[in-house]
Amino acid sequence: MNISLTKSKYNLNNQYKAIVIGGSAGSFQVISKILQNLPEDFQVPIIMCLHRLKDVRNGFVEALNIKSAKLIEEPEDKEQIRKGKIYLAPANYHLGVELGNTFTISTEGMFNNSRPAIDITFMTAAYVFRNKLIGILLSGANKDGALGMKRIAEKGGLTIIQEPSECLIDTMPTSALKETAIDYTLTTDEILDFLNQLHYHYV
Amino acid sequence: MLQQEIEISELRLITDLIKQKYDYDFGNYAMSSFKRRVARVLELYKMEGVPTLLRRLDIDAKFFKEFLAEITVNVTEMFRDPTFWVELKTHIIPHIRQNNENFSIWHAGCSSGEEVYSMAIVLEEMGILDNVKIVATDIDHVILDKAREARYHIKNMEVNKKNYTTFGGLYNLENYYKEESGKAVMDQNLVRNVEFREQNLVTGSAFSKFDLILCRNVMIYFNQTLQNQVLRLFHESLHKYAYLAIGSKESLIWCELANKFIVVNNEEKIYKKIRD
Ligand SMILES: C[S@@+](CC[C@H](N)C(=O)[O-])C[C@H]1O[C@@H](n2cnc3c(N)ncnc32)[C@H](O)[C@@H]1O
Repeated sequence: MNISLTKSKYNLNNQYKAIVIGGSAGSFQVISKILQNLPEDFQVPIIMCLHRLKDVRNGFVEALNIKSAKLIEEPEDKEQIRKGKIYLAPANYHLGVELGNTFTISTEGMFNNSRPAIDITFMTAAYVFRNKLIGILLSGANKDGALGMKRIAEKGGLTIIQEPSECLIDTMPTSALKETAIDYTLTTDEILDFLNQLHYHYV
Repeated sequence: MLQQEIEISELRLITDLIKQKYDYDFGNYAMSSFKRRVARVLELYKMEGVPTLLRRLDIDAKFFKEFLAEITVNVTEMFRDPTFWVELKTHIIPHIRQNNENFSIWHAGCSSGEEVYSMAIVLEEMGILDNVKIVATDIDHVILDKAREARYHIKNMEVNKKNYTTFGGLYNLENYYKEESGKAVMDQNLVRNVEFREQNLVTGSAFSKFDLILCRNVMIYFNQTLQNQVLRLFHESLHKYAYLAIGSKESLIWCELANKFIVVNNEEKIYKKIRD
């Protein structure tokens, strides 16, 4: 990949504290590719909320881990969010962020037919990280994540959606576009490039 | 219900009022989920904002009861996490029985009773149901009534049946209920040794000693301070070398009293009290 070490085309001058990624139908390959190509010492914590089968507790994180450059973990309630870590919302729980940078989980009803719901992860993260948050919304067949992206934008965070024409199903990113202004619309390769530039910006 | 942003200061006003007026303390509930529950109540009752809610709570005791029922999260399943129940049946319960033929179990935060019925079915299939005394408690009296009634929506039985099969139950789950106008009416005989009672883990004190406590998916709604306090209550309510089970994505390691317990099964989050 061609990483320009000079001036980035992205606005990265903002000590980001976390990245949240949401995805549903058609996002698995994208996520896999991102995780596979992430620098091993990538520092900004990544919190992923991906729609998944409710009653299959094991297997998903393992499947993602096969190809990932970094270990992905399902956090436990009250666990501290740490630099350099990648987290995945567990099956059948909503995953949120609490003041003090800890995780919080919940079994309350589904939002947008989903548990975990991307909106919950995104909104709670926006509340805690404010303008130090990056939200990335990928391919998916419902509107989960759109309100979350709106909240991230309202708090001054950075919003990125996967280029709709590249999505297997583009309902999710286009719903976000209808809800709020989006900073960057990027293909999978461009998202990778973005994350790499972010990485080089931080070291 | 996700649209509204409620301020922390507003949440404080709500919890303070409730504490003063009704003697329930939600001050140490986990902030983000509590906030969503309040937002949900506002939406449900079509209230414009927290001031309206405060006024209503102040003058209407009956409304507070409804509020209490709405603010708690009651989502539950039979045989939730089937592998947990396998572990109970094959290891934990046989272990308890090595020392006591008769023993006691506390379901703290039993919700509508699915977990209690699961336990009763496991014990029945082990042929030891009459050896066990069960107490099932919850803060929410509306949901406790549902637990006592045990008439579950037929559509909820799909996941319950699936879990029971994955667990490896001896029969069909249908053996334990009959269908009546869209409801699965559980066999009350299963809960002949169960006492359902209202109890608030926040203000309640130890009322008995148990060989096994289940408190799954309850403490996730508490902050660390309250978790510490409730773990003290459980510690007091357990015999030495007795067991405590929490939800599969919870942990005791951040609690003050963690060193008085050891992990028996980390995957299923089963702990054993090893120090008084
Ligand atoms: C999500 S349900 C858990 C049901 C079941 N244990 C399970 O894991 O499926 C949580 C229950 O905890 C109860 N609860 C919440 N706060 C409580 C408190 N302070 N004291 C007792 N029960 C409480 C709620 O009313 C609710 O029924």
